[in-house]
Amino acid sequence: MAVTTAPAVDSTLALELSGIHKHFDTFHALKNIELTVQRGEFVCFLGPSGCGKTTLLRIIAGLEVQSAGTIRQGGRDISRLPPADRDYGIVFQSYALFPNLRIFDNVAYGLVNRRATKGDIAKRVNELLKLVGLPDSGARFPGQLSGGQQQRIALARAIATSPSLLLLDEPLSALDALERVRLRHEIRSLQQRLGITTIMVTHDQEEALSMADRIVVMNHGVIEQVGSPLDIYREPASPFVVDFVGKANVLEGKVISQGHLQVGSVTFACAQCVDVGHTVRAYLRPEDIVARPIQDGDANVIDAKIDKIEFLGSYCLVRVSTDGLPTPLTVYLSLNFLAEQTLEQGSHLKLRILTERLRLFGA
Amino acid sequence: MAAVIDSLVLKAVSQKVHWTDRIGHAVLILIAAALLAFLAAPLAAILLQSVESKDGAFVGLDNFIAYVQTPTLKQSLWNSVWVSATVTLIAVPAAFVFAYALTRSCMPFKGLFRTITLTPLLAPSLLSAISFIYWFGNQGVLKDAMRAVGIASIYGAPGIIISEIFSVFPHALMILVTALSLADARLYEAADAMGTSATRKFFTITLPGAKYGLISAAMVTFTLVMTDFGIPKVIGGNFNVLATDIFKLVIGQQDFQKGAVVGFILLAPALLTFFVDRFVQRKQTSMLTARAVPYSPKKSRGYDIAMTAYCLLVVAWMFAVLGMAVFASFAKFWPYDLSLSTRHYVFGLLDGEVGTAFITSLKLASATAFFGTAIVFVGAYLIEKTRDLDWLRPIVQLLALLPMAVPGLVLGLGYIFFFNAPANPLNGLYQTLTLLVLCTIVHFYTTGHLTAVTALKALDSEFESVSASLKVPFFKTFWRVTLPICTPALIDIARYFFINAMTTISAVVFLYSPDTKVAAIAILNLDEAGEIGAAAAMAVLIAAVSTLATFLFLGLGWLVNRRTQAWRRPAAS
Repeated sequence: MAVTTAPAVDSTLALELSGIHKHFDTFHALKNIELTVQRGEFVCFLGPSGCGKTTLLRIIAGLEVQSAGTIRQGGRDISRLPPADRDYGIVFQSYALFPNLRIFDNVAYGLVNRRATKGDIAKRVNELLKLVGLPDSGARFPGQLSGGQQQRIALARAIATSPSLLLLDEPLSALDALERVRLRHEIRSLQQRLGITTIMVTHDQEEALSMADRIVVMNHGVIEQVGSPLDIYREPASPFVVDFVGKANVLEGKVISQGHLQVGSVTFACAQCVDVGHTVRAYLRPEDIVARPIQDGDANVIDAKIDKIEFLGSYCLVRVSTDGLPTPLTVYLSLNFLAEQTLEQGSHLKLRILTERLRLFGA
Repeated sequence: MAAVIDSLVLKAVSQKVHWTDRIGHAVLILIAAALLAFLAAPLAAILLQSVESKDGAFVGLDNFIAYVQTPTLKQSLWNSVWVSATVTLIAVPAAFVFAYALTRSCMPFKGLFRTITLTPLLAPSLLSAISFIYWFGNQGVLKDAMRAVGIASIYGAPGIIISEIFSVFPHALMILVTALSLADARLYEAADAMGTSATRKFFTITLPGAKYGLISAAMVTFTLVMTDFGIPKVIGGNFNVLATDIFKLVIGQQDFQKGAVVGFILLAPALLTFFVDRFVQRKQTSMLTARAVPYSPKKSRGYDIAMTAYCLLVVAWMFAVLGMAVFASFAKFWPYDLSLSTRHYVFGLLDGEVGTAFITSLKLASATAFFGTAIVFVGAYLIEKTRDLDWLRPIVQLLALLPMAVPGLVLGLGYIFFFNAPANPLNGLYQTLTLLVLCTIVHFYTTGHLTAVTALKALDSEFESVSASLKVPFFKTFWRVTLPICTPALIDIARYFFINAMTTISAVVFLYSPDTKVAAIAILNLDEAGEIGAAAAMAVLIAAVSTLATFLFLGLGWLVNRRTQAWRRPAAS
């Protein structure tokens, strides 16, 4: 029962989903979902609303029944088991704490059923309350706590019975911005200490990028990409992923010869441009357009004029236009750089495009 | 298209049912079976009777044709319709002005006015009829004044109309107050900004906003009058209406077939009201968005005084009706010796056998309140909060809403047809208190059900999911969480059942035996025997018990809620 530090991520599978489909009348909510989750892994289901991520989580929990497909947890087939026969703890966006029970009784709710002695239960509850950073809240009612505190209690309740899987359904969406960031870190470090396999549903890309070991990007009921946060950001597998995660400039161009991409009247050197004659859409992150260092003789340098500066704090989102490119570009420039170079709206500067970072998709 | 094909090809996966959930399913099936046996089957029995001859052969519409060809019965139909229409035309506008005063003026004592106007609900409807007999009857105090304005006798249409206005007033008022409280202040502010006159605002904002409430109030009033039995029985004289006809046909002449036909005619406006009301409620709730700003009236001296005066007038009229019943019940020998005496109470309770009937009524009311609340709440919970049995849920839901569309008289009639049939295995229940309790629960099921559903919908829908994930069976969460949170609603439902069981006549009038006669019926019998003083005394006594019960329920609510609703209070520790 004691809280121990996490073992290293173990190679056995915690969860295997294969061929999962879900139909609501004529609406095909999930299409042939295949996914495996490692033991101790933190996985995020990320996607816009209506993409099927919550439905998938509820199917894993047994709260919805899949139209087809199998689910195995720790090697055991749980496809047809009711929620009560599965092994997981769950936290909802609404907290779903029992308002008429004190915090202690909320956390103890699942323990009381397990023939534990009163002393054991009290010990375990106090341990959990300490774990989530609210050691003295046992005698209070949920309504007397803040949203963030209530969500911590909901988390304590979900892990009280030491389930092997923790499901989080948009747990941070109802909180204010500051509390959200704080709890993000707490949940992640708690998950790592306990080594509990965790699946979190979110529509907030920042949340997914900062918390997950692996992100499952979903759209229209299909998995667009599964990968580490860095992979998802740096190597997006589809235009949807580029658009949904982070910001991107879109350059429509044509591969005119091996290693050369023409956009508008500008030609870039670009090693991955191999399909000569093809029209492509090239996606480029704002941070992959840099203002320094630029040396004489560098390739892929363009002259740009600042159209608009959007102040965002330590850095600015700058919109620039060029003579050759048909569309304006968005670039991040630090506040200090703008000040040093006395750049303002209408100023001219040189920018270098890191073309090795271009992601190409067929137009 | 592809999705449709896919779903045909793929074999559907079904989840195994956990054993604890099977208990929930069993109870839901039980409730469905009970509603079928005690609501759907009796109604079907009426349908069957109406198309059968006396010896049970199918005769199609012959009974209906025979009915239309009986001039006296046709006269009753016409009487019922025009009396109900007249009451509606008077009571709804009167209640509208009252509701308008309560919601749109700065009149003082609003709470008090509202409480007083709800008192007619605490007594059987016939109380007002008895009172008006004392005011305007053969030996009434204002008989000559009535004659002077050209009404020859209170017995008949005039008596029915004025008594019904009194008894339906609170029903119409409650609907209209709800409709008028749904005002959006922003509309009035916009109108003011454009310099709109008060009259124009009333006709362009207020009236359209309350339109659905008015329709609903009018339909409910019409139906209540059309199907009320007590008032026409007491003050109707030789003026026949459908509600008294049905009783005479079934109990007096044992003509079940014509009785069934009349039952059908009574069901028609009630069913229409039911569907219009469902439609109206949907419209009304969608009208007020979450962003609406509640309207708060501004002080306006002349207008507030006029509204206060009007409400005082209505309240005075109600006091006159209630007061006369109370006074007459204590008068020694009306109208010759008006000294106070408890003679009528003693006579009513002992010689009139109302004493035992009162005990029966209390048993009926307590059992209805207890079992009714339990069944209604468990039923609503299982529909709202549990999973599976998806084919059964809409059926139970419909059966739970149906009683609102079935007048008590029709329900009682169905019970005779169904339970009095020798072939029915439930025949043993006929004329027992158990059947009276079941009938009363079914009769008032819908209001309780809707109260329970509203309370349950306010709870987080994930409580059950969380419990399942913690492997706590649903019934434990029901007991530890759902039930305690819902105690205010439970007490409301119990009180509603209790008061209605105390005052109802219409359904039970067909079902009692000498051993199971309830107080409200005993009052009818006293009145028939010419003991109107004792009848008044017993009606007052029922009102007193209902009032006392209301206070007891309020007290009980306070005690229970202090324990179960502690979490609603701001932090104390």
